[in-house]
Amino acid sequence: MAAPGALAQRVNGWARRVPAWPLYAFGGLYMAWLFWQALNGVSVEPIDWLERAYGITALKFLVATLAVTPLRKFAGVNLLKFRRALGLLVFFFVLAHFLVWAILDVQALGAVWADIVKRPYITIGMGAFLLLIPLALTSNNASVRRLGGAGWRKLHWLTYPVAVLGALHYIWLARGFAIEPLVYMAILLGLLATRLPARRVAAA
Amino acid sequence: MARRWTNDLTWADVTPKSLYLNRRQIMAGAGALGAASVAGPALAQPLEPNTFEEITTYNNFYEFGYDKSDPSRYADAMQVEPWSIKVDGLVDNPGDYTVAQLLEGLTPEERIYRHRCVEGWSMVIPWTGVELADVLGKLGVQEGAKFVAFETTVQPENMPGVQAGVLDFPYVEGLRLDEAMHPLAILATGLYREPMPKQNGAPIRLVTPWKYGFKSIKSLVRISLVEEQPPATWNQTNPHEYGFYSNVNPSVDHPRWSQATERRIGGGLFSSRQDTLMFNGYDEVAPLYEGMDLVENF
Repeated sequence: MAAPGALAQRVNGWARRVPAWPLYAFGGLYMAWLFWQALNGVSVEPIDWLERAYGITALKFLVATLAVTPLRKFAGVNLLKFRRALGLLVFFFVLAHFLVWAILDVQALGAVWADIVKRPYITIGMGAFLLLIPLALTSNNASVRRLGGAGWRKLHWLTYPVAVLGALHYIWLARGFAIEPLVYMAILLGLLATRLPARRVAAA
Repeated sequence: MARRWTNDLTWADVTPKSLYLNRRQIMAGAGALGAASVAGPALAQPLEPNTFEEITTYNNFYEFGYDKSDPSRYADAMQVEPWSIKVDGLVDNPGDYTVAQLLEGLTPEERIYRHRCVEGWSMVIPWTGVELADVLGKLGVQEGAKFVAFETTVQPENMPGVQAGVLDFPYVEGLRLDEAMHPLAILATGLYREPMPKQNGAPIRLVTPWKYGFKSIKSLVRISLVEEQPPATWNQTNPHEYGFYSNVNPSVDHPRWSQATERRIGGGLFSSRQDTLMFNGYDEVAPLYEGMDLVENF
């Protein structure tokens, strides 16, 4: 682990004083604000707009969640206390993304199921969502105690396939060549790559 | 104008808004009685053009980027003056035409058409244009011509999507000659009785309302009469997903999404989907495809 520099120490001192709960409030308000915009003419196609906005926000929180460990390892910045909130916000935004898609966009249960089974990019997105459910359910101290540190970490390793599936889902739905989905994939893969050497060191 | 086709959607259809409100009330009543079919298909889909704002801010024009708002944001930079359309191939009168020369002697008329995008959304658009058949008649189609090929302008310095290489430009499209000669196919030069906005394909574009929107190629700089089936950009980009014909067909899904239903733009966050109609409701084109397997030739 890198020795924290002056800036990192300042951030760490600040992080110790600030509680994590405002993140939940921010996430909830941001979700509501996006919904309010969709209701009030942000786009002539607000359903598609909201679906994308929730999906992309989930990817952003996913990037933030996965950045916590490498920040600590390489920069000595310790934001570990915020990681649970960031991870749960990924789940809630994916849930909102799913609900907008199923209820406002597709509008029929049969068609929702048909899409999940038939369309690979939706199957992948659904897979990522399902993998997030056990992670969200175990994001509390009681679960950590029950599973034990090692067991809990093993389960939460699922975050990595979620990241790859989520980015793939985004890439796959584009028509033509779109840069942004590829950027998300690159960032997420980069964040996953920072974990590889640590494993080798740990195994040695 | 040859008047081979009469528009069944006119301003008179849409103006008395109170009438539509009444129809909706009647339908609601009929639905409550479990007898919605009494209203009949014509009343089942009250057609009202989308607003000018909707039509000009939600566009696919990949030369300007892949976001729906990119064309309205960036199309202003496109140079449309002077404009020249190259006419070549199997025609009696090849050459470089201005829009005025191409339309000389023809009277643009209003066509209120449904517009169905391959992505599953739709609009109703009041175009102004001339029948493509009349333009081709003027150009003199020679024996042996079987297809019409079209090409969009490429202005890399004015088009961020071209710089980014979103697709392989210039954007090209094509129609079989009999499709091109169908009275529904128009070259449009305006909408809402205004000159064509740049993001909608100024100064002149194709409109084929029974096909998915991407066939209606924008900002034309070349029209060629050819013998062989010409390349079409989306078909070449992904032949598995976009066919040469690309007729609106609710029973042939796009590999990544269903084409059975569509969402009319403008219905807001709680807008419901409606059934997509074969040939986008323009059954008069069906004879063009008689005997063709439209699943095979999607």
